Amino acid sequence: MNIPTGRLAVWWVLVSEIVIFGGLLASYLMNRLTHADWADQAAHTNTWIGAFNTLVLLTSSLSAVLAHQAAEKGDGPKAARLLWLTVLGGATFLVVKSFEWTHEIREGFTITSSGFWSYYYTAAGLHAFHVLCGMILMIWVASTAAKNQELHRVENIGIYWHFVDIVWIFLFPLLYIAK
Amino acid sequence: MSHTSHTEAHGAGAAHADSHPPQSFFHKYLWSTDHKVIAMQYLFTGMAMALVGAFMAYVFRMQLAFPGMSVPGFGVVSPGEYNAMITNHGSIMIFWVAMPVLIAGFGNYLIPLMCGCDDMVFPRVNRLSYQLFFLSVLVLIASLFVQGGGFGGAWTAYPPLSSVAKYNLTPWGSLLWIIAVALEFVAFLLGGINFITTAMNSRAPGMKAFDVPIVVWMIVVASLLFMASVGPLIAGAVMLIFDQTLHTGFFDPARGGDPVLWQHLFWFFGHPEVYVVLLPAMGIVAEIMTVFARKKLFAYRMVIYSVIATGVLSFFVWAHHQFIAGIDPRMANIFTVTTLLISIPIAELCFVYIATLYGGSIRLTTPMLWALAFVAEFLIGGVTGIYLGASGADIFFHDTYFVVAHFHYTFFPIAIIAVFAGITFWFPKMFGRYMNETWGKVHFWGTIIPFNLIFIPMFLLGMAGEHRRIYDYTHFPDLALPELQAMRILATVALLVMLAFQLVFLVNFVLSLMRGARASKNPWNANTLEWTAESPPPHGNWAELPNCYRGPYEYSVPGRELDYWPQDEKA
Ligand code: HEM
Ligand SMILES: [Cu+2]
Repeated sequence: MNIPTGRLAVWWVLVSEIVIFGGLLASYLMNRLTHADWADQAAHTNTWIGAFNTLVLLTSSLSAVLAHQAAEKGDGPKAARLLWLTVLGGATFLVVKSFEWTHEIREGFTITSSGFWSYYYTAAGLHAFHVLCGMILMIWVASTAAKNQELHRVENIGIYWHFVDIVWIFLFPLLYIAK
Repeated sequence: MSHTSHTEAHGAGAAHADSHPPQSFFHKYLWSTDHKVIAMQYLFTGMAMALVGAFMAYVFRMQLAFPGMSVPGFGVVSPGEYNAMITNHGSIMIFWVAMPVLIAGFGNYLIPLMCGCDDMVFPRVNRLSYQLFFLSVLVLIASLFVQGGGFGGAWTAYPPLSSVAKYNLTPWGSLLWIIAVALEFVAFLLGGINFITTAMNSRAPGMKAFDVPIVVWMIVVASLLFMASVGPLIAGAVMLIFDQTLHTGFFDPARGGDPVLWQHLFWFFGHPEVYVVLLPAMGIVAEIMTVFARKKLFAYRMVIYSVIATGVLSFFVWAHHQFIAGIDPRMANIFTVTTLLISIPIAELCFVYIATLYGGSIRLTTPMLWALAFVAEFLIGGVTGIYLGASGADIFFHDTYFVVAHFHYTFFPIAIIAVFAGITFWFPKMFGRYMNETWGKVHFWGTIIPFNLIFIPMFLLGMAGEHRRIYDYTHFPDLALPELQAMRILATVALLVMLAFQLVFLVNFVLSLMRGARASKNPWNANTLEWTAESPPPHGNWAELPNCYRGPYEYSVPGRELDYWPQDEKA
């Protein structure tokens, strides 16, 4: 096998993550198709905020790619700076999300309001949890990369981050755009 | 990559030995990253849990045979306690015995030793895996003692019984149970990633994919199956926890949810899960059969292809557990077909084992007896599965003791027979001493005979219409007939006998550990790489890591003086 062990392990982690989100989203879709009224509920989500957050995540993925490039060239400190930028993107995402949720809960849309809102908070919440975990790991990778150590980890955390990003690319249309 | 990373990380010879200095007791046994120690932790935790599970079986079998009696060592069994016992017995035997012992215990022990490397590729992840598993054990045990008692909604945890405290009356027991299961899943995901990457990337130089022993293949495929099937149930577990605590309505029809959704999520995992535990057991049996038949494994590649076929098919049979759950009858037809299809590769594996025996010079050692018994007993489990897979027959059999007997004829060979086969076979390697053969055989017969006497009556009871999960059959005149009760008593008495014979094993195990005859490196004259390490292997496994020159099953090769040919011997 020619895949470095660390990267191989990240891919296997992603396989197991894909089926977790896959199971959740398949359940949501099956329900959504049989509940026409969920579209009315979905109308209360804020597409603009969702779009803004999509943009934030995509940008943060870009800095993760640049960090990988820097790491390839052996420039640990630069990779670390770019990773910090990615962490900042993740933090922005979470802050925006918490304002969004506060607003929705104030409006009376809580996790028990309806099937749609249950899935909405569960899926987006599980995703947000992954964003948070990714940030924590990234801070750890950045701090070693800054000392020019374990640079291969920069790529691995990048792969994970892109995955978190892709999950959102699925969530955004399913939870926000489809109304 | 396979070898480069290896040498970079560990070097060879002296440098290699240096990287594993002596350690304190705490670091050696409790906080170790050594795959062999972690294997033992999993093995012994699993065996201890087997005692817990067995005690529960003892209690509820006593209640069934002698309803209302005060069970010695427990007392009178209340309906709630009865439900908690059957639920946790099933959960424990599958998630806390079969999984940790077969996959994590044997997987951890065998993969690095059989692949010829010094440890798993991520030793600290490995340690974390055990620690999470241990935490899940504590949570599960705690769930039995909280207010309201342990969860009683069966190991399948169907909602709304499992999701609404008003129905199950165990607000804390249910929650802790599902948390324990979820933790356990995470532990095995971490472990599985280690197993797969280690087997892919850390094999001895020269060891090609088709030189890898079958048991390693089986454990790797099982880990893949687990990884690919458990995700939806992890999502389901989160949803169930939200239903229980936040009162969402994912599965509660009263809140617009769908209880059958849980059944799909559960069985999408649950059926592949039976292969997750079956495959390692099949692998253990394959290793033992070739060694004690002194013959090459029949159709090595075909075995691997069938296992992969089984793995793929196992994702398309889950709804055979839901034939009468209100699924579309057309769907039932499809799932009948896929279910019958999947018994083909499994039957083929049994034929392969029999073909391996054919013409061999068979040595009836204790491990070999267990291996032979595995095939014989598992066959009964597999064949009765075909009855259940046919939706027409299953409408009658579903949720009767016929199903209970069916899956015990599969799980008992897996979680008990194959495990005893493996322990008696690798004991000399693990501990450097032999187990006593005579007592081993006494224990073997004392287990196998009562096992059949426990479960054959259950087939008959099931055919007589005895529904499962019932606390006291005297409440049902149709089922309280004396001849049915006699069969229940027979099963319970057989269980008592079987449990008593386990003492023979425990004593034999402990005494052999302390004063069994010393074993050499390769006591069974076997080929695979673990037998080239010291018995027991030191931390780091080998002073100099082995090379591999051939496949694992070159026994009785014509023209060779010895009837075995170790994988590391230069041609
Ligand atoms: C060889 C082919 C097999 C077939 C065709 C088969 C078929 C079935 C079917 C149709 C059921 C559902 C019966 C019902 O609930 O009405 C069932 C139940 C079950 N089977 Fe099998 N099975 C096979 C092998 C296995 C194996 C290898 C295992 C375990 C390692 C296993 C474990 C179980 C368990 C645990 C249940 C009961 C689940 C429950 O309701 O609690 N089966 N089997
Ligand atoms: Cu099944």
